[in-house]
Amino acid sequence: MRKYLLKRVFYMLLTLFLVATITFFLMKLMPGTPYSNQEKMTPQQIKIMNEQYGLNKPVWLQYLIYLGGMLHGDLGTSFQYSNQPVSYLISSRIGASAQLGLQAMIFGVLVGIIIGSFAAINRNTWIDTLCTILSIIGKSVPNFVLAVLLQFYIALKLGWFPIADWGGFSYTVLPTIALGVGPLAETARFIRTGMVDVLNSDYIELARAKGLTKFGIVYHHALRNSLIPLVTLIGPYTVALMTGSMVIENIFSIPGIGEQFVKSITTNDYPTIMGVTMLFSAGLVVVILLTDIVYGIIDPRIRLSGNGD
Amino acid sequence: MAERILDVKNLEINFHTYAGDVKAIRDVSFHLDKGETLAIVGESGSGKSVTTKSLMGLLANNAEVVGGSIMYHDQDILKKSEKEMQNIRGKDIAMIFQDPMTSLDPTMKIGQQIAEPLMKHKKMEKKKAWAQALDILKLVGIVNPEKRINEYPHQFSGGMRQRIVIAIALVCYPEILIADEPTTALDVTIQAQILDLMKELQSKIETSIIFITHDLGVVAGMADRVAVMYAGKIVEYGTVDEIFYNPQHPYTWGLLNSMPTLSSTSLEAIPGTPPDLLDPPKGDAFAARSAYAMKIDVEKEPPFFKVSDTHYAATWLLHPDAPKVTPPTEIVRRQKLFAKMSANKSVKA
Repeated sequence: MRKYLLKRVFYMLLTLFLVATITFFLMKLMPGTPYSNQEKMTPQQIKIMNEQYGLNKPVWLQYLIYLGGMLHGDLGTSFQYSNQPVSYLISSRIGASAQLGLQAMIFGVLVGIIIGSFAAINRNTWIDTLCTILSIIGKSVPNFVLAVLLQFYIALKLGWFPIADWGGFSYTVLPTIALGVGPLAETARFIRTGMVDVLNSDYIELARAKGLTKFGIVYHHALRNSLIPLVTLIGPYTVALMTGSMVIENIFSIPGIGEQFVKSITTNDYPTIMGVTMLFSAGLVVVILLTDIVYGIIDPRIRLSGNGD
Repeated sequence: MAERILDVKNLEINFHTYAGDVKAIRDVSFHLDKGETLAIVGESGSGKSVTTKSLMGLLANNAEVVGGSIMYHDQDILKKSEKEMQNIRGKDIAMIFQDPMTSLDPTMKIGQQIAEPLMKHKKMEKKKAWAQALDILKLVGIVNPEKRINEYPHQFSGGMRQRIVIAIALVCYPEILIADEPTTALDVTIQAQILDLMKELQSKIETSIIFITHDLGVVAGMADRVAVMYAGKIVEYGTVDEIFYNPQHPYTWGLLNSMPTLSSTSLEAIPGTPPDLLDPPKGDAFAARSAYAMKIDVEKEPPFFKVSDTHYAATWLLHPDAPKVTPPTEIVRRQKLFAKMSANKSVKA
């Protein structure tokens, strides 16, 4: 097990290195410069600025300098704000995004599992159809539409929750729902498909022959066996949500990282692009490792030899 | 006479399909006494499994019981609610399935799978149920049960898994055990072990067995009585000796004739295929495939004719007016043996 983990960690680092390299050179291929008022600047000024930010050096040298900095934990300084290190920019904003993403994911997956199971148990009835229609709507309605509707009806008309801004838990409720509907619909679809298969299997028939109740069969036998395909989906989805959603954060005025990421691309803020990309990739490789471990917990057949017995 | 614990009368089951109603079970009656083994024999699609599933209340959603009754002691199973059936399943009537490779939950420890019925029906706590699960694992012959109780199904071989499935079925000491082709998916040496185990356990816990199979070789060693099914009907039933040595229905002849014996040089097959039960034939369903069919066989359904107190067959050949026919040679050989056996018996008596 330890040998396996070491190997996995090595591959994770290798992946991150490749991501850093490819992103860096692709980024340099983007048109434009980081200077927003370039047309008003004289060539001299541009030259001075380039020297100041190290952008006059050849690209390969910039790359090596960046890598060297990254190894020491230095992600550089943002071009957008004077003297603001990227690491600070990220750490001050990731909290809100991560909390929101995690809440949305937990909400979506839990409700999705319930709806999906419900649909599978009552398959080919009106309940199933209703659940399917709901999940299609959930998947196809853009979350900003839902966000605005929630703001209007729940926050403005009913006044149950704050309409926007970032304070206590009550501020997170509406954005969590808006953000969570996507994974909810996806989860419901996955669970429904998986469980319909599982419910047709022999061991479910055996469970029925034991005299177990419907609920007991679903809870003890069907659910766990339907989770495998879902686990594959949940990991990367969680990372994507936790690293920020520009639209939702904008609508609810949440000081998250999502908006920064988009802004950094449009302004050619190279260090921030790199920083956020690396954060996202690091989250992803870690989550993929976790997913593989969770597989083994859910399904003993996938468990690594030497671990199971 | 032994106590009668199950009495199925005039059972009729239809399956609703897009093409129409498939009449899968057509007027089936049989009974089961305490402690005996009844084998239901027939080819695929003859309705064996559907019959037994109706005993458990486990029919598919598109199946409908159109008529008849299934009396378990003095209660009609067909009139029970799903909740009431849940209290009977696994406790009074248990079932062993065909394929041990797929009938165990791959993500649950086998100890828990065996303990589940105990926790449900005997309201046992987990610890106590596991202790009992360990006992039954020993009983079904799992080596090193203390360790293996914590393992998962994929860590067992096919034969071992079927032992576990048997353990699950027997853990509540059911009155009736339904075995739906329990050895079909196993190789021959393992088959024999499983059959021996079932016989041994039957005497230990005094359960009655309904044994579903298409393998007559298995029937001979297991059953007390045999019912032969064809196209959703029972065509002949009797004691195992009567069915094997004095068969009367041409379909039973065909089945026995297609079974290898020590003296057979080639195997006979029954020509043709079973009838379409969307629109069952009017007369004897087997007539179209039978070399002994008469004109009346396609016109009118034969009733059961009595051969002995325990032996009945639904074929017009037994009608007093029917012409005498000579069955296949193998059957004639068997009937001669039967005559000798009964002569010996009457001498002894």
